[in-house]
Amino acid sequence: MKKIVASIFIISAIALSSFAQAREITLTTQMQNYSGDGAYLAIYLTDAEGNYQKTLWVAGKKSKYYKHLRDWARGSALKASEYDGMSGASIAKGTTFKATVQLDDALIDAGYEIRVDTAVEDKRDVPVDVRVPLTVANSGKPTAGRGYIKAFTYAM
Amino acid sequence: MIRKLHSVLGLIASLLLIVLTISAAILSIDPTLERLDSTIPADGHISVAQLADRVATHFPNVEQTQRRPSGSIIVYYSKDGQMGVDRVDPFTGQSMGPYVPSATSRWVKNLHRSFLLATPGRAAAGISSVVMLLLSISGVLLLVKRQGGWKHLWQAPLGKLSQRWHVQVSRVVVIGLLLSALTGAYMSAITFEFISDGMDVEADFPTEMATGSAAAIITFPALLATDLNDFRELIYPFPDSPADTYSLATAQGDAYIDQVTGTILSYQAHNGLRRAYEFIYQLHTGEGLWWLALLLGLCAISVPLISTTGAIIWWQRRGSVPKITDNSKPQSADTIILVGSENGSTWGFANTLHKALRELGWRVHMAPMNQLANKYSSAQRLFIITSTYGDGDPPSSANHFLKRLAHFKVDPKLRVAVLGFGDRQFPQFCQFAKDVDAALLDRGWQKLLALQTIDRQSTQEFSRWGETVGKALGIELTLLHTPKLPKTHAFELVDRVDYGEQVQAPTSVLRFKGVTSQSRTGFKRLFGNGLPYFEAGDLVGIVPPGSDMPRYYSLASGSKNGVLEICVRKHTDGLCSRFLHELPQGGRIDAFIQSNPHFRPGLGSKPVILIGAGTGIGPLAGFIRNNTGRHPMYLYWGGRDPQSDFLYEPELAEYLADHRLTGLKTAFSRVKEGAHVQDRIVLDGEQVRSLIEGDAQILVCGGRAMAANVRQAIDEVLAPLNITVQMLKVQGRYREDVF
Repeated sequence: MKKIVASIFIISAIALSSFAQAREITLTTQMQNYSGDGAYLAIYLTDAEGNYQKTLWVAGKKSKYYKHLRDWARGSALKASEYDGMSGASIAKGTTFKATVQLDDALIDAGYEIRVDTAVEDKRDVPVDVRVPLTVANSGKPTAGRGYIKAFTYAM
Repeated sequence: MIRKLHSVLGLIASLLLIVLTISAAILSIDPTLERLDSTIPADGHISVAQLADRVATHFPNVEQTQRRPSGSIIVYYSKDGQMGVDRVDPFTGQSMGPYVPSATSRWVKNLHRSFLLATPGRAAAGISSVVMLLLSISGVLLLVKRQGGWKHLWQAPLGKLSQRWHVQVSRVVVIGLLLSALTGAYMSAITFEFISDGMDVEADFPTEMATGSAAAIITFPALLATDLNDFRELIYPFPDSPADTYSLATAQGDAYIDQVTGTILSYQAHNGLRRAYEFIYQLHTGEGLWWLALLLGLCAISVPLISTTGAIIWWQRRGSVPKITDNSKPQSADTIILVGSENGSTWGFANTLHKALRELGWRVHMAPMNQLANKYSSAQRLFIITSTYGDGDPPSSANHFLKRLAHFKVDPKLRVAVLGFGDRQFPQFCQFAKDVDAALLDRGWQKLLALQTIDRQSTQEFSRWGETVGKALGIELTLLHTPKLPKTHAFELVDRVDYGEQVQAPTSVLRFKGVTSQSRTGFKRLFGNGLPYFEAGDLVGIVPPGSDMPRYYSLASGSKNGVLEICVRKHTDGLCSRFLHELPQGGRIDAFIQSNPHFRPGLGSKPVILIGAGTGIGPLAGFIRNNTGRHPMYLYWGGRDPQSDFLYEPELAEYLADHRLTGLKTAFSRVKEGAHVQDRIVLDGEQVRSLIEGDAQILVCGGRAMAANVRQAIDEVLAPLNITVQMLKVQGRYREDVF
């Protein structure tokens, strides 16, 4: 009897936990007023060592320029399935861009980082323009970028 | 067909092409400016390792170094959390100031590549390149046809000012334009991914890397082995990332370099596609080839001029057909008027008919005879109004008519009437109109009226024809035509030489200059003496006081000779010739130029036989005088007495001396053993035959009796070769100016 109850508990615990909760995250990117054309962006998750996990958003329509988003390109191997349905137009200088994505709760406060690679045509590529740990505490706090991004914020 | 393609493409794309080429010309200066700023070391002098070492001493946080096509070295670094980009001196590694590519340059580049629109703009630019390519090719083909063959491509072009500039400029720059258009179209194809640029093939990111503390960059074998002139880009690994590597790009290929040992972990050589892309890119932008960029830029800057002159040529050609108001569409008109005209006067008469019929409420369509359609669905009447050119030939707006007639489906309810314009002085009076009438009869057309002819543009005869037409159609038709004279200019007599008094053939050579006090509008006034543009062989129409009908004289000079020269024989009852003979020095005339482009020596170096009598020597002397290319020219001329009416005697001696004239054979009729020019030709049969065998061309100028005699003589002389004058005419090797 006890074994059966225990098993039911364990099974339901496993079952419930696999119904992982997901929540919506809004990513806000404010661009510098650099001189140049619209920027390509890749917003993605890495673990603490920098190993690629998943893509959150890719800005920029022409896939042949994606290799300029260097680190992301290397990590995702530019597989279309990685960024399918998560892409949009490139971001013009000086503008602010917002995207809302779904994120598993399990990824938050688990040592993951949000990183952003950027590139502008005829100008240098900037891998890891922005790098910020994915935690509840950091939500809503802007992080300065080191390249074309002025400030990046995520809100849950 | 090619001409139509060329015009249509040129007109439609002209604005885009002008923007494209002006922006290109501006951009073409950049490679030179960049080159001035950079110092290129000799091959093998500096290695990438040395550069990296030198840069490291001045920039602590280097992220990337790059070599621009011009040779400048750029360093990307970060300082206090901000990115910076500087130019460095490769010999010392010191900063030469920030690298600031000009914002204007970037804007002009955007304008050039995409007209400041995004992808649709790029498509437009790409299409414009292809259009430029087609224009260049069609232009060259048209030019070859016009100049008479590839060998004559570089000879002085004939024609009006815009035509000559269009030809002279475009034939010099066409090679550069072709190159830019081809390379530009290729780059567009790359942008839209029709062709691969070979950049999608990349080295595999290495999986195994050395660990430990990094060796000094100056010892890196991969960097030591790379010369600075082959270097393109070196991307440093991300700080504190042991799994990252250096990325090195060179002219030959790309490699990943271990950040600890500096050896190559993975290498991908550039494939053929990539090398092709780099090469073609360089040919188009001239980056790194500053001299090529400047050359292409010069070619590009001429395009606005070529485009404008092209538009003017099109406009002038269009203008030679007069503006027809209320012209109905061919298939909905009930009356059709087809016009055969050489220089526009016949159009004037046809226009009067058009207007009169429209006033009756009819729907009238008028067009050149060459535009005969395959059928006219609603028409009941067809009027064909045509002049004749030269010796029974069709005028230029009707030279395809008889061919097209064969395709016309004869319609029993369409009745036709032919009206011919001509001059009874000529034996082939209205010959072409007669030919057309006969052809229509032959093909079973229904006649509205028998063929009618009009002599010397008589407005009275035209009115009478109008009444005949009216009676046949049961209407009142009054045709009142007032001939419109071309705009005349004033000329002033500056010189005259009189001949022939003693032999009852008073002839004068008259020289005029333009009256310079006239307004300086129009770019015809580009020559000195205020003369409009004309060439020897063209006609001048002089309107004597007391008449509104012009008399035509053949021009013995071109406007480039600075003087308008004619030979005039005084006729006792000739109003104009009397007026000219009595004209004092400084006296003025009103005249206009009528171009006669058919009567010219051909382009090329084939011999030319010039045959004339009396005042016919005028244009022939003009051809000889302008024979700067020293083509073999032989003059046969007939006069009455060498003591009295030997026109141009001193000038001809001069031309013989400097070889503008190769042979002069004269015949005088009123001396002992006198002969006419045709006798001289027969006497010289051997010479004439051998010249004709050498592809010579014959130009005849004189009265109609003399022209007929000369034709007979030439037929006689060439009989052994089985060549007739008619055959030469068809080949364009026998041309006449008969008065």
